[in-house]
Amino acid sequence: MKSWLLPLLLVAALIAAWQLATSTGAIADALDLEDFLVPSPLEIAESLWQNRSLLAENAWVTLREILFGFGCALVAGLGFAVLLHLSETLRRASYPLLIASQTVPIIVIAPILVVWFGYGIVPKLAIVALVCFFPIAVNTLDGLRSVDPEAIKLMRTLDASRAQTLRRVEAPAALPFAFSGAKIAIAIAPIGAVFAEWAGSSSGLGHMILQDGAQLETARQFAAVAVLSAIALALFGLLALAQRRVVSWR
Amino acid sequence: MPGESISIRELAHSFGELQTIDRIDLEVPSEGVIGLVGPSGCGKSTLLELICGLLDPGDGSIEVGGARSAPERLGHCAFMPQRDLLLPWYSAIDNAALALRNRGAGRAEARAQAAEPFRRFGLEGFERARPHQLSGGMRQRVAFLRTLLSGKPVLALDEPFASLDAITRAEMQEWLAAALGSDPRTVVLVSHDVEEALYLSDRVAVLSPRPARIVAELSAPHPRAPDRDAAVTDPAFVAIREQAMHALREVAR
Repeated sequence: MKSWLLPLLLVAALIAAWQLATSTGAIADALDLEDFLVPSPLEIAESLWQNRSLLAENAWVTLREILFGFGCALVAGLGFAVLLHLSETLRRASYPLLIASQTVPIIVIAPILVVWFGYGIVPKLAIVALVCFFPIAVNTLDGLRSVDPEAIKLMRTLDASRAQTLRRVEAPAALPFAFSGAKIAIAIAPIGAVFAEWAGSSSGLGHMILQDGAQLETARQFAAVAVLSAIALALFGLLALAQRRVVSWR
Repeated sequence: MPGESISIRELAHSFGELQTIDRIDLEVPSEGVIGLVGPSGCGKSTLLELICGLLDPGDGSIEVGGARSAPERLGHCAFMPQRDLLLPWYSAIDNAALALRNRGAGRAEARAQAAEPFRRFGLEGFERARPHQLSGGMRQRVAFLRTLLSGKPVLALDEPFASLDAITRAEMQEWLAAALGSDPRTVVLVSHDVEEALYLSDRVAVLSPRPARIVAELSAPHPRAPDRDAAVTDPAFVAIREQAMHALREVAR
């Protein structure tokens, strides 16, 4: 059986159950709500089609925030991991700071960044990069340190410089770890982007979700969430594909 | 590439409180093969790392071809670890040519230089194979070639065939004997297999449990004889092997 068949069946079954529960009015009745507040999958699909250009426009804004933020985190995370790996002092000094960076609630820091940098893309980049940085840096660092110490000794007797050992032994060994970190990062990046847009923006899927919620446009709100999920899934899939091509020895 | 002599005087070494080596004196002539046998955990691997210059000795001196300091010795010795440690992201020939790449050769140049010995080692057709596609014996041959292509006069082999099954192991011993015959180097061979050490070496030093001292030094009757089976069943060989076993049993008490 194909690996995608089971999850596909499950999703189809869930959508079917949802369709049944909403079209009969069961959920709305149970919650004592108006029917339009509990849209069925078909209504969401309809809204998705009707609002396609609006959704595409806003999706493009959010996708850019995710990609640029993730890109910044990738460069910074990989660079930081290598630096910490090469310097014991730096590692000991900054590891607690690295972990502390993860405990800063983005829900608090997002409005502050908006005050500092305005409504443009910069605070969004910063938030997305902040949530992506940690998994990339920590996983890559673990990967660099996973190398068998005997292999390092071996490279020394084979006349390798520190840089050559890093390039030929430690970096390839760390690659699968770095990919794991990047996959975690890309899966949570959309959440970061939505939080950043909530803190202050005039466009993007997060902005749309917030507006539609206030205007009781529930079907379109769900459509925006569906697009956001699709973006996350697609980016995750691309990374998994890249991992399989690059890490060919596993 | 000729070998170089090794001269070890009053060598002692500790890791913190733990003394691993206790006054070892050892002379290995150029192109000689010395076997080191001893109970596991006795400090054999530490001794190899000291000789190679991967460690600085706590006390005493080690001289390899005139090189005294650890970084200098590192330039004279190549190390073959217990597990082959072939890099899974490189092909077999790129693994073998690793030292050439480290010394600045381009990929194509390194491959070209490694091609002839690669064939000579019976690995033809497996140049592009990844390590996991090779058999245990072939992996060991690639690992030995990697050590040899470092061009170092002294080879430090740490239980090179410990992971192989008995038959492959006997074949590899015969193969290594032939390889050293056509490409002689000074070799320090650590083994826990007395028969392997006595067959491959000119002399075998028996080490005590930690802290390691040399308790017996034996001359091998038929070092690297072309017919291994005949050599190891010869009465002279069997007698020396029993002597070595006896010495090992004595120190284990």
